[in-house]
Amino acid sequence: MNPANYLYLSALLFTIGAAGVLIRRNAIIVFMCVELMLNACNLAFVTFSRLHGNLDGQIIAFFTMVVAAAEVVVGLAIIVTFFRSRHSASVDDADLMKL
Amino acid sequence: MTTSTGEAIQFWVLGIVAVLGALGTVGMRKAVHSALCLAGTMIVLAVFYLAQGAYFLGIVQIVVYTGAVMMLFLFVVMLVGITAADSLKETIRGQRAAAVLCGIGFGILLIAGIANASLHRFTGLAQANAGGNVEGLARLVFTTYVWAFEITGALLITAAVGAMVLTHRERTERPATQREQSEARVREGRNVTPLPAPGVFARHNAVDVPGLLPDGTPSELTVNQTLRARGQVRDVGGEQERRVRKLEQRSDEYVEGVTEGEGAPEGGRDRSGDNDGANHAEGAAK
Repeated sequence: MNPANYLYLSALLFTIGAAGVLIRRNAIIVFMCVELMLNACNLAFVTFSRLHGNLDGQIIAFFTMVVAAAEVVVGLAIIVTFFRSRHSASVDDADLMKL
Repeated sequence: MTTSTGEAIQFWVLGIVAVLGALGTVGMRKAVHSALCLAGTMIVLAVFYLAQGAYFLGIVQIVVYTGAVMMLFLFVVMLVGITAADSLKETIRGQRAAAVLCGIGFGILLIAGIANASLHRFTGLAQANAGGNVEGLARLVFTTYVWAFEITGALLITAAVGAMVLTHRERTERPATQREQSEARVREGRNVTPLPAPGVFARHNAVDVPGLLPDGTPSELTVNQTLRARGQVRDVGGEQERRVRKLEQRSDEYVEGVTEGEGAPEGGRDRSGDNDGANHAEGAAK
């Protein structure tokens, strides 16, 4: 099997996640799509680690996971705060600064 | 190092599952279904990590992502409202089609870029993992990447503080005591007594069934405010009203039968009596 297959899968997952961020209006689902993109990147990093035969790629994937965890905590807190004030989780309702 | 046939089979089977999960994440209307699809994709990715020699990352993926992060997502979905489906109405005309087009274009660019690279064989992690995968990672984390590791610690603490600051609400006024609440009720002159209980005069005693007023109409006051707001009040008032009306009609017919048919009241009375008995039996059964 060609090693690039893992990279193709990673690219495909990243693309689906990116399209999801553009398409969906529910903030929670938009957030899940961002998580999907981060995971797709991690798969690419792990594959590169195996391609080059060193562990640096896995270290980067590890740091990505940590950053993703921090991002989830703050992002979901923002969604909860937004829901409390607007009673909606739709990104269209965050229009206070619109002219 | 070449890959085995087993790994190829695993890749094609699980790869399809991962892509389906990703499409489900984007396409499902309800946030809960999206979250479950994403959890499936993440587990598949964990298997891929394990298959590629990233044993530590594979386990961390399951523990941190499918365990902690997805649990957090589901928790927020519960908090924000599990029944709140996404509206499919487009707010910007043509935005969805444009987004799909952009996605396809981006995917083609990315995949074409990978196709141009000349990748034929893995170097393999046998040498790097010789002393154990976790030991190898630990050596790198505490030597080459120690600065990034320290920064990560600061990031995590900041995120924890940020989440607490964002979700914490300071109570600005003292909560009303029970005495103050009762005094306020008397002052308003409305609902001086406690609110009536649900279901007392209806057939059920469940909390979502409103109690019935003497004329058979349901009393909204008897049901919890939250249930009312969610529209989860189970209305049995209409049915009850219909039954009462039917009973009144039957008793009217019975009374008419008794007053006009003095000559042969026996049969009619007996029939009505049977009917009545049947009604009672029916009521008891219900």
